[in-house]
Amino acid sequence: MTQPIIARFKLDYDNFKLDIDLALPSTGITILFGPSGSGKTTILRCVAGLQKAQHGFLQINGKLWQDSEKNLFLPTHKRPLGYVFQEANLFPHLTVSGNLQFGLKRIKKSCNANDLQPILELLGIDHLLNRLPERLSGGERQRVAIARALALDPEILLMDEPLAALDYKRKQEILPFLSRLHQHLAIPVLYVTHSQQEVAQLADTLVIIEDGKSLAVGPISETLSRLDISLTQDREANTVWPATIIEHEIDYHLTRVDFIGGTLSLPMIDAAIGTKLRVQIFARDVSITLDLPNTSSILNILPARIIELSDGNNGQRVVKLEIEKQILLAHITRKSSLLLNLQTDMSVYVQIKGTSIVN
Amino acid sequence: MLANADLDALFLTFKVASISTVLMLLLGTPLAWWLARTTCSWKSAINAIVALPLVLPPTVLGFYLLVLMGPSGLIGELTTWIGVDTLPFTFPGIVLASVLYSMPFVVQPLQTAFASIGEQPLEAAATLRAGPLDTFFSVVVPLAKPGFLTAIILGFTHTVGEFGVVLMIGGNIPDKTRVVSMQIYNHVEALEYNEAHWLAGCLLLFSFTVLLLLYTVSKTQPNVQQLK
Repeated sequence: MTQPIIARFKLDYDNFKLDIDLALPSTGITILFGPSGSGKTTILRCVAGLQKAQHGFLQINGKLWQDSEKNLFLPTHKRPLGYVFQEANLFPHLTVSGNLQFGLKRIKKSCNANDLQPILELLGIDHLLNRLPERLSGGERQRVAIARALALDPEILLMDEPLAALDYKRKQEILPFLSRLHQHLAIPVLYVTHSQQEVAQLADTLVIIEDGKSLAVGPISETLSRLDISLTQDREANTVWPATIIEHEIDYHLTRVDFIGGTLSLPMIDAAIGTKLRVQIFARDVSITLDLPNTSSILNILPARIIELSDGNNGQRVVKLEIEKQILLAHITRKSSLLLNLQTDMSVYVQIKGTSIVN
Repeated sequence: MLANADLDALFLTFKVASISTVLMLLLGTPLAWWLARTTCSWKSAINAIVALPLVLPPTVLGFYLLVLMGPSGLIGELTTWIGVDTLPFTFPGIVLASVLYSMPFVVQPLQTAFASIGEQPLEAAATLRAGPLDTFFSVVVPLAKPGFLTAIILGFTHTVGEFGVVLMIGGNIPDKTRVVSMQIYNHVEALEYNEAHWLAGCLLLFSFTVLLLLYTVSKTQPNVQQLK
């Protein structure tokens, strides 16, 4: 984590206030997550300079982009960034190639088509170069838009709900490309979304935005399990664990993966041993027992320690547990919590009914 | 057949129309861009002023211009001060009048075209390192091409067809201000119906061809290309 991104913006409109102060890592994907109208897109637009915060301070990799106290505001076209809009926003009068060259011509870099080859391959668009945007599918357009932003070799990539305008199928088509980007990109990515799936699949750092304020900032595993955030009471509440494939049990159609706190059995994954992946565990799929059950159909039973308890909606209890250093959330009923007399610092066993692999 | 005087009138007409169209594009483009994007409270007033020639009788506009350009008018004093002749009854005079008279036909299609481009392509261009002027020429102009085409055709043909304004401030001077519409009027006054027919026919054919072209173009190309 070298010089981080520092972003402070204050905006005051009639019906909307934004007041955030963020320090973000200079690597990996940082997701700005929150409901519509929470101000996450506004933050991204302020970073890009498309919108000017009345009071703002923005420093990217040690370079000052905005400081309203010094009256400094770099216009968008002078900021070395890449921006991917919700709609692909390709220029309709230019071919895919023309769109990709648009920015390159302006930074006076050699327009050698070979330089773009890795990006074209990464995004799978090398066969589309001579087409006009109107002849592309929604997913293809968005991939071209991502390539167009990356072609400039930006210092930061800003993505504003790049999948929101696409249907489920197209989303599934692009997500793998984004995951690949994740592995190949050395630059920081600020990514706005309100989709839990995208958070689970892509986020390294998670910023939760609500009503123009940031409620939580931190590594995804920490932020997702903060009990003071309503997100952890949501039906979709989950934690994401990094894991590595260690074994395939072909007879049982299972794959075993290693994570910080032990191993898990997952439905067969079609990937080589040693592949790194993310396992998403929904709080609703986790139950708690006091003793190690020796007659359970559930395969993944792990020892854990309760670190925090809080009341959720409708007679629900949210339990935050720790397996070694790995955090896990469980949703159980308040009645069960009382019957088992669950307390902070108790040692228990967790049974994980289901898992999903996110990439 | 067309006499030499008729040909001169035709030539003069197209000269006025060409020069006026170029001037209208130069002045009208920034004006239309401003009108399409401003939120300034003056916008309605400026819009109304630009559109005035659409509803005013040309003789009224011509009358005011005659007064303004005359030796004691505002423009007249200016021309005297910089040491050129007063504008009424001169070629520059009718060009200036034509520019004012046909301006709405250039500004309005451009304004519509610019407005429908929207903010998005401009923002996309900015994130791709294009400054405002660069964006205008590399994104706005190509996207507003149909609007420009409409503006050029309407501005040009409307200038070709004008009569009242020229009558008021241009008079009827051969080779200087005697445009086709004036020449037709002269023929009819002199009961030279045959000659009038020839010239009128020429204008009719010209106008029809241009409009046909306009509608063919606007059928194959929507008024403004939408962003994909």
